[in-house]
Order: sequence, then structure tokens, then C-alpha cells
Amino acid sequence: MKTWIRNVMLALGMLGAVGAGAAEPFIVVASTTSTEQSGLFAHLLPAFEKDTGIAVHVVAVGTGQALDIGRRGDADVVFVHDKAAELKWLAEGNGVQRYPVMYNDFVLIGPKADPAHVAGGKDIAAALKKIAQAKPAFVSRADKSGTYSAELRLWRDAGVDIAKAKGSWYRETGSGMGPALNTAAALDAYLLADRGTWLNFHNRGNLEIVIEGDKRLFNQYGVMLVNPAKHPQVKKDLGQKFIDWLVSPRGQQVIASYTIDGEQLFFPNAGSDS
Amino acid sequence: MDTISQSFALALSMVAHLDARLTQIVGLSVAVSLASTLCSAVIGLPLGAAMAIARFPGRDPVIVTLNAAMGLPPVVVGLLVYLLLSRAGPLGAFGLLFTPTAMVIAQTILIVPIVAALTRQVVEDAWAEYREQLRSLDASWWQSSTTLLWDTRWSLLTVLLAGFGRAASEVGAVIIVGGNIDGVTRVMTTAIALETSKGDLALALGLGIVLLTLVMALNVGAHLTRQWARARFG
Amino acid sequence: MGDAAIAEGLPIVAAGVGVVRRGTRVLDAIDVTIEPRARTFILGANGAGKSTLLRVLHGLLAPDAGTVTWGSGRSRPAGQAMVFQRPVLLRRSAAGNVRHALALRGVRGIEAQRRTDDALSRVGLGEIGARPARVLSGGEQQRVALARAWALEPEVLFLDEPTASLDPPATRAVESIVEAIHARGTTIVMTTHSLGQAKRLADTVIFLSAGKVTECTDASQFFASPHSSEGRIFVEGERL
Repeated sequence: MKTWIRNVMLALGMLGAVGAGAAEPFIVVASTTSTEQSGLFAHLLPAFEKDTGIAVHVVAVGTGQALDIGRRGDADVVFVHDKAAELKWLAEGNGVQRYPVMYNDFVLIGPKADPAHVAGGKDIAAALKKIAQAKPAFVSRADKSGTYSAELRLWRDAGVDIAKAKGSWYRETGSGMGPALNTAAALDAYLLADRGTWLNFHNRGNLEIVIEGDKRLFNQYGVMLVNPAKHPQVKKDLGQKFIDWLVSPRGQQVIASYTIDGEQLFFPNAGSDS
Repeated sequence: MDTISQSFALALSMVAHLDARLTQIVGLSVAVSLASTLCSAVIGLPLGAAMAIARFPGRDPVIVTLNAAMGLPPVVVGLLVYLLLSRAGPLGAFGLLFTPTAMVIAQTILIVPIVAALTRQVVEDAWAEYREQLRSLDASWWQSSTTLLWDTRWSLLTVLLAGFGRAASEVGAVIIVGGNIDGVTRVMTTAIALETSKGDLALALGLGIVLLTLVMALNVGAHLTRQWARARFG
Repeated sequence: MGDAAIAEGLPIVAAGVGVVRRGTRVLDAIDVTIEPRARTFILGANGAGKSTLLRVLHGLLAPDAGTVTWGSGRSRPAGQAMVFQRPVLLRRSAAGNVRHALALRGVRGIEAQRRTDDALSRVGLGEIGARPARVLSGGEQQRVALARAWALEPEVLFLDEPTASLDPPATRAVESIVEAIHARGTTIVMTTHSLGQAKRLADTVIFLSAGKVTECTDASQFFASPHSSEGRIFVEGERL
């Protein structure tokens, strides 16, 4: 009986080592489901680790939750795509500085049958106005994500008061991009998605892109260091290295080189005023 | 049906090629669930035995609470542990959030009620058989507990397996406190959740088949062990 | 086990003991004394209260009325052991069961092993000490229970119809072990169904009838001429 107790202790000790995350330096980055599920991190992080020897632990949740994780000091860096929310977060003293990193775009997804007759257009506002009138099934993420904020902004641009206009046709799933896409595929519904997640999504059903290319569908990503004055345990040097790498020519080039089926997903724009 | 047959094929090929990421995820799942099963055994076995043997005021409410706690929603437990372990929370100084340790803590909280309640039932039956003899032998409460726990060890193996199964199959708690970090806190269930949300249903189901097979194999092993033990020890 | 130890938990004196179960007086105003070194048998019809009285005398059951004194003390002393009608053995080897009982008394290691081996060979199970206790036959299991009691070197050994489920050869084996334990200085208190067994082994007889002590006398006296009508029915009719 004594030998197996010793063996169990050994196993638990090893687990403890795993839990401590071995000896390699690492940072925790709170980011969004769209960046994770587009596959960008699988492409980006190995390059960063190779260049610097720093591992990156990505917790991928909605933008709202990512900013909340940063606010609590449970991450070292936040990397999200909702400029208004990011600036508010900074103003509250949660971070140090915002660096634009890259942009991609949103696309309006819809069923091939296109009951609202919006396919092929280039004007997102006009399309959304038509949808609000035709009332076909529409899936909204309705979580505090960057995509949801963009969706609300676009309804406003279309002159639609979505809070009043929504009815049983407007399905609020409160979920990430992937699950929302699953739901839309099952319902043959319209929804707003980021191109990256869409391109990497395999359960499309009858869905396809119906509107793209409108400048209003532009989606900017920013990265910020969590404020070490507020949270002393933040790994500010390692975190800053990550940020510096992202906006460096090398990092920007790695971002640009990420493609799916030859199509580039993210467009680096560090140093711009986006 | 197409997805399902695809999934079986995927599952088989992943296992056959000992896919490196699969092995890492399965290994972590087993390690985390095993650790939480052991921790909950340390807490739950003596607790269950004490509930079976001891008579104290408030025993009935404690039993009812324990039984109710068996149905704790994992996602609620996950949220509570998250708030506890967050830097902004009371235990933040330990920096345990988003680590496998946090997952072990959450899973342990989830399965202690199961282990304790089932242990209580097992030990109560044994106590009915042995009570007079143990009292005749002047066994103390503590000695009686340890005697009964050891005597019912094969039934308790089933109890621990039930705990392990619950731990290995839950996703709500570990995804919140672990963060589903690739290579660090991604286990079978959270990987399945992720692949599902990416729409990669065949892969998700394939992983699910691997998980089910693992749990099934453990149950078969335990069943055979119990058969052997019954024949051997009576 | 020397004479000095005898003084501790003996004699056992029950005074005015009553036990009530579900409104029935299972035992009613019992006054008995268990003398050191005697082999006392508690006899009576089914439901007379034999097992209950045995448990009260052993201290397993607290009476609802009256008192029990062991020697000079009111709390049950350690030097007692009991064998039940159906042997209660743990899921371990026969020797493991004996060692377990010794460990509960604080006897471990070499001393425990010596006493275990001695006890098992005394009951004729020296060869099979390593076998799991619960796969042994009924008679063998009861002998393991007796070996356990033997190893504890008790002052008093209580036995509740220990041979009721055994065949004649196993019964005889158990009886000779009980005699050997008694020969070593242990006081015996036993209940039985069997008149023959009582005749073979008893020194003193306590005869119970409907929860009351009807007779309490020397065994040979009881069997020769019981003075109560219930006692007479019992001895003559072997009714149980």
C-alpha cells in the first residue's frame, strides 16, 4: 500500500509542474474568439516564440470578457477589436497605451435563397434596412463582443432602431462567432461575421457571403498592455515585447502572410491612427 | 449520418497515428481528472464514512445538502472558482487562474459531493453488517471508519470511477477557470467545445468518441476488477 | 492471563435491568450475576430475550431501566469479546481478521503475529491463515471468529448461538474450542438453542421466560429438576 501512495504523490507532483507551466517564460493574452477561431494565433504565436523564446497563453473569449479579464489583472495583454470599448477601458486606467495592429473586415452572411434580396450589393446600410423590413431570420451574437458592437453600429448607420425593430425574426444567441454561425447555418439565417472566422468555418450549410467590401465593414484590432501600476504582477517587460513584436515589421509581415486558400485574412496597419 | 461516419474514421485515424496534439490533450484530461478524483477521495471518503457512522445533531440537513450538491451546475462552480482565483479575488495572489491547478480545484469541488454521498451509502450498508462486531471489539469512530473504508474498497473503486467520469466529462467549469488555452489548459471536453464552435463537427465528434472510449474502458476495467475481488475476497 | 486480571471486569451484575422495544418489555426486572470462571448459559424459548440479555451484559445495548456493573465500574471494560451466530468477518485473510482485532487493542508487529499464529492453530486453521476469510465454509468462518476471540485473551467471552447454523462436526469443533478458551481462564456467557449443548458445557443456567428470569441455578440442578413449569417444558420437550 505504501508504494502506490508514493507513486500517486509523484504523479501529483508532476501535475504541479505542468500547472506551474514548466520553466519557460510566458504571458497571458486575453483575446477574442474571432482571432482564435480564424486560426491566426496558430500561425502567429509559433513565430513569436521562435523569435523571443516567450510562450503565449491565449484565453479567447468575447471582447467584453477579454477586457474584463484585463481589468481584473488576470491577463498581461489584451488584443481585441472594438476601438470605442478599448479607449473607454484605457480611460478607466486599466491599460497603458493602445497600439493599432491590423484590420480585417466583416461580411454579411446569408442563405443562398436570399429572402431579403440583398445579395451582391455593396452597401451594408441599405442591405440592413431591407432586412429590417423583410424580417427574415437574423442571428445576432448579442454578447459584448467587437462583432456585436460593430453590428449595432451598422444598424444605427442604416437608420434602424434595432431595439424597437427586433422581433421574433432577430435571434440573439449570446454566443461566440462559431456557435452563432452554427445557429445561422441551422436556421438559414443572415448574420454579420468577421471574414477570418467565416473562412475557417466548416459547417456552412446553405450560407454564403451576401455583402462585402463596404468601408463601414472595416474591423480594426488593437493591442494594449494591462496597467502594471494597477496590477503589479503583470509581466510588463514580456508583455511589451509581445506588443513591440506585433507592430514591428517582422510581426506585421507574419500577420500579412496568414492566408486561407490563398486569401489573406488580416491586413497589418500598425502606426496608423485607426 | 455522414458526419457521424466521418467522425468514426477521424477518431480511428487520430488514435492510430497517435496524433501528437491528441495525445497531449488526452494526457492532460486524464491528469486533471485523476488529480481531482484523488483530491475528492481524500476529502469525500472520510466525509462519507463519517456521515454513515456518526450520529450528530444536524446530520440530516448535512445529508440533504450533500445530495443536493451532487447536482451543482458545473458552470456555476466554474464561475465561483473563477471569482475566487482571479487576481481581483480573494485568492488572486496565488496566480492560479488559467492553469491546470485551477481546473483541478473546480472539478474537485464538483465531485466531492458525489464521492461523499455514494461513499455514505456504501459504508452505511457495511456498517449495518459490522456495527455490533466492531463495537464489541472496542473500535473507536476513527478505527471503524478506516476499517469500513478498507473493507468496502472494491465498491469504493466504483464510487471513485463515478467521480472520475463526472470530472472527465464536464466542460462548464474547466472552460471558465482554465481558459481553454491551447497546449496548456485544453482538455478533451473543451477541445470538443472549441471544434464545435468552429463548425468542425466531424473532428469534435471524433474527439468525443475517443473520450467515450476512454471512459468506457475504465468502467469495463473496474467491473472486471470487482468481479475478481468478489470471487477472491467474498 | 493471570488471576490478577480477573478482578477487573467481573463479576458482571445486572440489577433491575429492563429493555423495551416497540412498546414490549423484552427484558423485565432482570437480576443476574455472572461469576468469574463460570460457564453461564442463558436458555429460553424463542423471543424470551436471550440475545438481548447477552448484549446488555456485554455492554452493546444500554438498558432502559436498571444498571449493569462490571467489576467495580459502570462502564464496559476492554477485556471482553463476542462471537455472533453468523460470523462477522472482514474482507481480508483469516489471519488478517485476527490481526485487525489485535491492532484495535494496540497489539501489533511480532507479538500480534505470534498470537495470531497461535490462535489459528488452536482452532485447527493453522494451514489456511492466509486464505480470504469470507470464502471459507461456515464452520471454518466461525472458527476464525473464535480464533480472533482467543487471540484477544478476553476476561469474558460472550457467544450468541454460535453453532445454530453449523452441522454436527463443526458444532463439536466449536464446542471444544470454547472449552479450551474456558480452560485458559476466560469466563463464558453463552446462549443456545440446543439442550444437549447446554448439558455438555454449562456450569450455570439462567432460564428466561418472556423477558423475566424464571430460574438461575446450577446447571446439573436445572437439568435434573427444573422448578418452574416453563423450565420443565424446556428440559423435557426440548421445545424452543
